Amino acid sequence: MDLRFSPEEESFRREVRACLEAQLRGEFAELVGRGGPGDEHEFFERRVAWERMLGQAGWACMGWPKAYGGRGASLTEQVIFYEEYARARAPGRLGHIGEGLLGPTLIAFGSEAQRRRFLPPIVRCEELWCQGYSEPNAGSDLANVQTRAELVSGEWVITGQKIWTSLAARADWCFALCRTDAALPKHKGLSYLLVPMRQKGIVVRPISQMNGGSEFSEVFFDGARTPEENVVGEVNGGWRVAMGTLAFERGASTLGQQFSFQNELDQIIAVAKQNGAAQDPVLRDRLARARIGLTVMRLNALRTLSLMQDGELRREAMIAKIHWATWHRDLGKLAMDVLGAASEIGDSEPYGLTSLQRMFLFSRADTIYAGSNQIQRNIIAERALGLPPEPRSGKGGG
Amino acid sequence: MHFAFTEEQEELRRSARRLLETASSTREVRRAMATQRGYDENLWTRLGQELGFTSLAIPEVYGGAGLGFVELAAVMEEMGRALLCSPFFATVCLASSALLEGGTDEQKRELLPDIAAGRKTATLASTPPSGRWDAPGAAVTYRAHDGGYELSGTSSFVIDGHSADILLVVARRAAPADGDPSLFVVPAEAVGLERRLLPTMDMTRKQAEIVLRQVHLPSSARLGLSGSGDRTLARTLDRAKVALAAEQVGGAQRCLDMSVDYAKTRVQFGRPIGSFQAIKHKLADMFVLVESARSASYYAAWVAAHNEEELPAAAALAKAYCSDAYFHVAAECIQIHGGVGFTWEHDAHLFFKRAKSSETLFGDAAFHRAVVARQMGL
Repeated sequence: MDLRFSPEEESFRREVRACLEAQLRGEFAELVGRGGPGDEHEFFERRVAWERMLGQAGWACMGWPKAYGGRGASLTEQVIFYEEYARARAPGRLGHIGEGLLGPTLIAFGSEAQRRRFLPPIVRCEELWCQGYSEPNAGSDLANVQTRAELVSGEWVITGQKIWTSLAARADWCFALCRTDAALPKHKGLSYLLVPMRQKGIVVRPISQMNGGSEFSEVFFDGARTPEENVVGEVNGGWRVAMGTLAFERGASTLGQQFSFQNELDQIIAVAKQNGAAQDPVLRDRLARARIGLTVMRLNALRTLSLMQDGELRREAMIAKIHWATWHRDLGKLAMDVLGAASEIGDSEPYGLTSLQRMFLFSRADTIYAGSNQIQRNIIAERALGLPPEPRSGKGGG
Repeated sequence: MHFAFTEEQEELRRSARRLLETASSTREVRRAMATQRGYDENLWTRLGQELGFTSLAIPEVYGGAGLGFVELAAVMEEMGRALLCSPFFATVCLASSALLEGGTDEQKRELLPDIAAGRKTATLASTPPSGRWDAPGAAVTYRAHDGGYELSGTSSFVIDGHSADILLVVARRAAPADGDPSLFVVPAEAVGLERRLLPTMDMTRKQAEIVLRQVHLPSSARLGLSGSGDRTLARTLDRAKVALAAEQVGGAQRCLDMSVDYAKTRVQFGRPIGSFQAIKHKLADMFVLVESARSASYYAAWVAAHNEEELPAAAALAKAYCSDAYFHVAAECIQIHGGVGFTWEHDAHLFFKRAKSSETLFGDAAFHRAVVARQMGL
């Protein structure tokens, strides 16, 4: 066990810090602290430019092999980068779906040609991705996907509807879970397809959410097309690939989001000191609890990553999603309680909310998307603890 | 950076588990806890002399193995898992730790080799009868007497205080009154020392009340330099909390394991109860807590070994988190076991009671969150 950083690592830290500070003082000053939860559509074009700068400087997809545009960075280097990213209050990432979800999936399950085609544009932020999993009748019961894909003269032709798709209106590509054989049992007839978003068979309709924003969209496929080779893994073997992606979503990629959590907590602490809430013993206790929870979240991530370095994805990784989601939802409530009377007052008409109000409302989604807390508990109970599955109905196809 | 045990540390843990699985089975725990001494002397001798656990964190020059706090924490975790009844915590994690932190070279040479070899047990008497964790030594005073010192007063909630060979007693100057605590080495046979075993709800860890009536000590009995007691005590208690946190993780893991095993085998409504989400979700939450507590505990152990500056923050964090986690998991263990979990025969209550006593000891979760709040500048 060693939590220290070597002189080389400290020098790497200085390099990261200097680069981020220079960029955020100069060209990208307006992006400091922006693009957090509920603020994801702000400054979009500028943030694309920011992401391109990161890619060019070698700060995007750092852990990927060099052959695909990464820098083959060690775990420790990634940790240092995330810490410095937080310290600099650099903006929320746009490319996280490509970087955190599709990239690792292609590295694990994709063909060499797919990796060479799709990974470098993610690093350079030339192609943004969205995730096509959920459907109106396939939420927690994801294997109930109804969107069909049929092979017609060398192309998949896709018809159906996806929902709760982040960044759908901005994305160039979608990785979509589609039913390719309705005769097979539910989990077995699915394929993992890579589909270009900018085509006439696809219509994106933003969803108006309770926070007044529309981070999520509905995506309608009506004869949308993608070449036959854009299937990841085996045809009808998409369930395994999709589960792999979810494991990445619930595992290592959480370290990167902790930067915005830290900044939010700091902001709430500053409010508490300023308005006197810090004198209230109950709020003091909750603020301390929040600080402890965030530190533990970071420690969990570091320990999981260290264990993963030693081997495969371990059961310890399964706690990440429920831990951060619950912590963040509690933080949203705490922010409002610390603000007190002022928590009701927004920024501007019509319904222009403050960043803490947006966070409070958006955090209600955290424990629902990417596997609700209840689904996370089922996963932990069955896969980490080996408990018997709940008897399920609907074992038949689709 | 690598946040996991080394192979050597894992081997140490495995050797502890192998021994304790039989030597501290719950049958043995029940036997030991029913005695007045509170532990099995043969097992204590084996822990010290055969396995060298008492010498782990003591430097070689004082007869120890010269390993660090991470190794100590690994062993404490296994002791917590086995619910070991032993003066290990008092001797190693309180007294030996205080000696190492604040003792003079002469005091260390005199006392540590016996502790390292498992020949003597020791403890720290710091808490006043009021039970205020933030006022160590508040009810014991010392005054100069005959070239040495005279101590009077009462210290309570002293872990294994009834059986320890050596007591490190925290006292404050009588006149002129001085708020800074000092530590004194008091042998069990000192004249004027009275020890009373307190009946504890958690029978696996004994506590005593220590009454001192004009106990006379030589000047060499005072630990370290005048004025250094505050720091010695603070660091000793921080390390003790980190050790307790490791013990709590071990106990919590055992409660989770017991509950998972039971949920897989107990059948109601024609199904194992572990197939019901009502039970599954409890167990999943327990797993999240245990793994998170483990992260907090390992981090604090590493800090205790390597990072002086971060120790107060890490100790408060680990004690707050692991106390809550252990209590919750031990309580759920009873609930999941249902009626049988409420019986004396079942082991669940042994862990539940240890969870409560270790949660309280040296300050509960809320106490330590208040510490964290101050550290945050609130």
